[in-house]
Amino acid sequence: MLFAVFFPLLLACLIPFLSRYKHKVHTGFFVLLAPLSIFLYFVSFIGHDFEPVMKSYPWIPSLDITLNFHLDGLSLLFVLLISGIGALVTFYSIYYLHKSERLGHFYVYLLLFMAAMFGVVLSDNVFVLYTFWELTSISSFLLIGYWNHRERSRYGALKSMLITVFGGLSLLGAFLLLTVITKTTSIHEMIQQADLILSSDYLPLIMTFIFLGAFTKSAQFPFHIWLPDAMEAPTPVSAYLHSATMVKAGIFLIARFSPIFSTNEWFFIIVSGIGIITLCWGSYMAVRQTDLKGILAFSTISQLGMIMAMLGFGTEAAIFGAVFHILNHATFKGSLFMIAGIVDHETGTRDIRKLGGLMTLMPISATLAFFGTFSMAGVPLPFLNGFYSKEVFFESTLELNNTSLAFAEILRTAIPYLAVFGSIFTFVYSMYLVFGTFRGEKHLDQLPKKPHEAPIGMLIAPSILILGVIIIGLFPNLVNESFLAHTASAILGEAYHPHEIKFWHGFITPLKMSLVVVGVGTVLFIFRKKWSGVYQAIPGRLSMNKVYDTIVNGTKTVSARITNSYMNGSLRRYMALILAAIIVVSLGTMYLTDGFTIELHPDTLADIKLPEILVAATMAIAAITTIFTRNRIAAILILGVVGYGLSILFVIYRAPDLALTQLVVETITVGLFLLCFYHLPNLRPRTESIGFKSVNLIISIGFGLLMTLIAISAHSSKWYSTIADYFIHTSHDLGGGDNVVNVILVDMRGLDTLFEITVLGIAALGIYGLIKLRAKKGAE
Amino acid sequence: MEIIMSILAGILFTTGIYNLLQKQLLRIIIGTGLISHGAHLFILTMGKLKTGLPPILEHGDTNPDHYTDPLPQALILTSIVISFGVTSLLLVLAYRASKENETDNMDLLRGNEND
Repeated sequence: MLFAVFFPLLLACLIPFLSRYKHKVHTGFFVLLAPLSIFLYFVSFIGHDFEPVMKSYPWIPSLDITLNFHLDGLSLLFVLLISGIGALVTFYSIYYLHKSERLGHFYVYLLLFMAAMFGVVLSDNVFVLYTFWELTSISSFLLIGYWNHRERSRYGALKSMLITVFGGLSLLGAFLLLTVITKTTSIHEMIQQADLILSSDYLPLIMTFIFLGAFTKSAQFPFHIWLPDAMEAPTPVSAYLHSATMVKAGIFLIARFSPIFSTNEWFFIIVSGIGIITLCWGSYMAVRQTDLKGILAFSTISQLGMIMAMLGFGTEAAIFGAVFHILNHATFKGSLFMIAGIVDHETGTRDIRKLGGLMTLMPISATLAFFGTFSMAGVPLPFLNGFYSKEVFFESTLELNNTSLAFAEILRTAIPYLAVFGSIFTFVYSMYLVFGTFRGEKHLDQLPKKPHEAPIGMLIAPSILILGVIIIGLFPNLVNESFLAHTASAILGEAYHPHEIKFWHGFITPLKMSLVVVGVGTVLFIFRKKWSGVYQAIPGRLSMNKVYDTIVNGTKTVSARITNSYMNGSLRRYMALILAAIIVVSLGTMYLTDGFTIELHPDTLADIKLPEILVAATMAIAAITTIFTRNRIAAILILGVVGYGLSILFVIYRAPDLALTQLVVETITVGLFLLCFYHLPNLRPRTESIGFKSVNLIISIGFGLLMTLIAISAHSSKWYSTIADYFIHTSHDLGGGDNVVNVILVDMRGLDTLFEITVLGIAALGIYGLIKLRAKKGAE
Repeated sequence: MEIIMSILAGILFTTGIYNLLQKQLLRIIIGTGLISHGAHLFILTMGKLKTGLPPILEHGDTNPDHYTDPLPQALILTSIVISFGVTSLLLVLAYRASKENETDNMDLLRGNEND
């Protein structure tokens, strides 16, 4: 099974080399190898005596993350879908994509996606599952944006990326919570601890996160909006990712976890509710589309909603219906996408208003489309698989369990009616799709190309899929007991006893519902033009796309506005913000930690003496004067006064080395100022507004006050004695000097001095560079 | 005495910050000078301001009570030299900046949108 996941990845690495020969051999032929061999390998597992297989390969043992691959019935269904349709799509793409396209890119992305999808459905470890989950999002993003010169492609790719990654991240949240609660990373061990999870306080959060992950991936309402825009991808991609595989990853997820959650009533309410809403909304909106792939996209949404709803019902019949419909939908929807691609390829347009009357020109495609659409609509004919699963669906809507919640009761009563409503519209758009394209008037003059039948190679893949539709339609029990029963029991968590699928059950309610669908659908289809005005009212101008665009653009504008509000380029503003933050945080901390305790003992403080007070007063006055002076020489000299005052304080406080250095440095600084000032413009009179001044004043006074408070309160709590004793004791004996300050500087803490010398050296070099080096004019 | 020195350090910080928040380059540099003076005084005050002997050992007397604390002095000495280096670099930078840009108004020195 490791082979299944990593063979496509391995092949993807080789594709760039192989695609060099694309003019001789289409790269797609090499790619075909991967899905075909994997399909053949997994087909051998089908049978009555299928038993789940578990393979384990270590990856990150310390985090309990192992590559656990678990092949049970559910995985088997998906693996076969992915590899089987993967092979057909690859084959189709060989004829669809011209050799002049960047084939290497296309097939690398496609193989990447295939491997990721195998990983998703086979993983038993939640974190491995998440890894592959995100890999599908990324490769899908790359495939949607394959024609990256088109603006719509890029928009669609980004949209799908944002929505699916949003869901993917929620999923990670759910997985983390599940791991924390169950202390295991393996899904089947989690299922064994279902009671623990169901009784956990985090249950609502876990379910929300899992639902978000599944609904975004599977394009459920209201996250369905990315799927129609993803139709900008090449048609093989739409057929593969957006009908058969990736959009079913969410379905897979719900099915995988339903043994844990299905006993919870909210599981039924949310999954069925959202599913049935998606079914109705998708089919309702599909009728309005004019683009072939647009119709198919909304149809996919609606069919996924139907499967989701059946998973939510949770009864045996419903689960079987769901897995049956997963298979059926993959067959007919894949072929319909391919036919849409053929029509596009041969006529140059996908606009259904320009198409019509192609039946005589493209007879084979038309035949295939008839089978596909009729199966999709669930027309009661014994050779169409869509009818069977639709009937199981109707049947399951009628036999829902009674629930205790009143809300669930309302939903339970409404579901059969909603199901019929959605199916009527499904019938209408299916008929519209096939009759609008292949019957009616010809508008050959409006078509960019002269239409003719597609090359035989292109028709093979959809023919095989339609053959699948018919074979399952004729012999539904072929896939029933040996294959789908295993899938259903994997979802139910207990053995499923398959019933024989029969076309004719007698004249029972589900059949009556089907007949109502066909009858009302036909009437609605014939008079489509008369009632299509209803779309002006609902949805009218409402649309989820608008909400999405508002959120995306709104985020951009709002964050730009927030950033511009404080990042205005003025250094003064930044300085003020930084200082204000310092003041607020420090004062806040002091207040909260009771840092204002001021206990002053006279014996710990030095005596107050007059000379020091005089010097201090002089410095204070000088410092304040710097603010008010308008003369630059005066400002510089007053700064000198402060510096010299400080050196006198150093003298008073018995710091001869400091006093010396301060005197010399102050003299040089003043000298430097005087050298520079001549070149600097004169100080201008202040013209700033009062507000500007008062903000500055508040900030500076606040900061000064803060420093004073810190100094005083620091004095009030002296907890440790100084280490100066050590320096004084050992300076002579160990350091060999009597000047303790100098011994500290060069001996005990010599590293400080080394780097202070470095600082001076760098400053000197910098000054030299600033003065000497000049960028030449126009050198920029 | 420490209280008075703390207040003085606070005043130096206040005036320094006020100058720092002005628009003219020269004022900003004066502001940084005042702030570094304030910081030095702050460190000195945080040690003890008791007036013992200067920390130069005489006649082998190693009784710590006779001397002032040498460690803050060593720290301030390092700091003075570093702030001198930075101030001189700032001054020359200011000189060059106002020459090149023909303004010393910080509000006009903003760079372009895409720089």
